[in-house]
Amino acid sequence: MSVNVNRYKCGYCGACVGVCPVGALELVETWIEVDNTCTSCGVCAKICPVGALVVVQ
Amino acid sequence: MKPKYDVIVVGAGPGGSITAKTCAEAGLDVLLIEKRQEIGDPVRCAEGVSKEGLKKHIQPDPRWIAAEVKGSKILAPDGTEIKMSEEASSGKAGYTLERKVFDRALAQQAAQAGAEVMVKTRATGLLRDNGKITGINAMYMGETQEIRADIVIGADGVESKVGRWGGIDTSLKPHDIETGAQFLVSNIDPGEYSRFYMGEKYAPGGYLWVFPKGKHTANVGLGLLGSKSGNVRAITLLENFIKNYMPEAKILEMVVGGVPVSGPIKQTVTDGLMLVGDAARQSDPLTGGGIINAMDAGKMAGEVCIKAKEKGDYSVKTLKEYEDKWRATIGKELSKSLAVKNMLLKLTDEQLNQLAHSLKGIDTSKMPLPVVLPILFKKNPKILWELRTLFV
Ligand SMILES: Cc1cc2nc3c(=O)[nH]c(=O)nc-3n(C[C@H](O)[C@H](O)[C@H](O)COP(=O)(O)OP(=O)(O)OC[C@H]3O[C@@H](n4cnc5c(N)ncnc54)[C@H](O)[C@@H]3O)c2cc1C
Ligand code: SF4
Ligand code: SF4
Repeated sequence: MSVNVNRYKCGYCGACVGVCPVGALELVETWIEVDNTCTSCGVCAKICPVGALVVVQ
Repeated sequence: MKPKYDVIVVGAGPGGSITAKTCAEAGLDVLLIEKRQEIGDPVRCAEGVSKEGLKKHIQPDPRWIAAEVKGSKILAPDGTEIKMSEEASSGKAGYTLERKVFDRALAQQAAQAGAEVMVKTRATGLLRDNGKITGINAMYMGETQEIRADIVIGADGVESKVGRWGGIDTSLKPHDIETGAQFLVSNIDPGEYSRFYMGEKYAPGGYLWVFPKGKHTANVGLGLLGSKSGNVRAITLLENFIKNYMPEAKILEMVVGGVPVSGPIKQTVTDGLMLVGDAARQSDPLTGGGIINAMDAGKMAGEVCIKAKEKGDYSVKTLKEYEDKWRATIGKELSKSLAVKNMLLKLTDEQLNQLAHSLKGIDTSKMPLPVVLPILFKKNPKILWELRTLFV
């Protein structure tokens, strides 16, 4: 379970990191990293201002 | 770098820099770390502040003031205009900042007061001895190092992790965040007022703003409530607005970002740790403004750090003073704004128009929002009934 980050879209704002209930995301300067605790809940994908995140089951 | 500091501040935004400066001025050993290689860049802000709020912390400097505004105009969905907060009486009129320069100037003040600053340095976790927080793990240029301190301040913004590491769940629900996009546009007439466009048609559960930034430029952006995002995106709504209402605009910069609008959260301190600014979710639920609140909170947190150092006690017993202080001031305002925001969320565009029409013939131009709201309530008790407790 994970999310895919479209790096060509992402504006590295960190909003997704703030909403992830399990803390699976991290904003490292200009990119988002996802760790293996992601539950594919989809909250991050919902709120991303540019739609750079896609949940994969 | 020293083997041990009194205070480590994580994040060099306005909240972190004011905390660091306050502590350093009192002679504490302070380390301010920022994960970006350039403080203040990229911007995730519309850069509007009230003059009054700003002047509490720093003398305005033309290097980081992009524009001065006369006041605010709120536009109902049908275009009805309400003028507010003109300078003459309220002192509330404001500036549009150049945050890239402003954030750096604040960090420089902290440095000048004696704080050490490290950029491109990211906190990756907390150090603990027997459960007690004793510093942070930080990564600089790909290498992880341990940095020790008696207290850690999480001023790490909307993406805050410091609170979570300390056992405080700061995760935001979709309805607790505004998700925003903004263009810095040129070739337009920005006018002399900050403009706020209300209504579902512009920004569901939020608003659209036009903040003058210079002679021919403005920050044009919008925030929509996270719970309304998904099928529509902030960026798409903004692109459509520009296309339909500002076809002449040329885009010089893109900004995206999220603002916490949860209102006061339950906990912002634990033994050896305090949260400040967006990390403590102290931005205003109604306006999304968080710069001044972050600075106010940073000052309060810094002052409590100084006391903690004097006492040699960094436990919640001492740190609770920060929590009490910000709740009694910032927290109260956040709760009021949250009530108004929740009310607005229930109104249709037609009701918003009615509210605007009810102010016809009343000169609100010198009034700040807290003065206009009770008038609105008196004239529209039915629509605004849920807010009655705020005004009696
Ligand atoms: C689109 C948008 C428009 C806005 N418009 C306005 C406005 O007009 N007026 C207003 O007052 N407010 C506005 N805000 C809100 C305002 O930007 C924030 O409230 C304000 O920046 C909060 O300051 P802060 O110091 O708490 O956090 P920030 O300014 O976010 O600073 C946090 C810093 O911490 C750093 N950091 C994060 N994690 C780590 C780590 N692990 N290690 C090291 N460093 C770290 C970040 O890189 C960042 O520099 C807006 C926000 C958005 C998104
Ligand atoms: S919310 Fe979207 S744009 Fe912002 S950092 Fe996350 S993926 Fe990137
Ligand atoms: S899908 Fe849910 S758990 Fe996974 S990163 Fe996004 S918010 Fe976190």
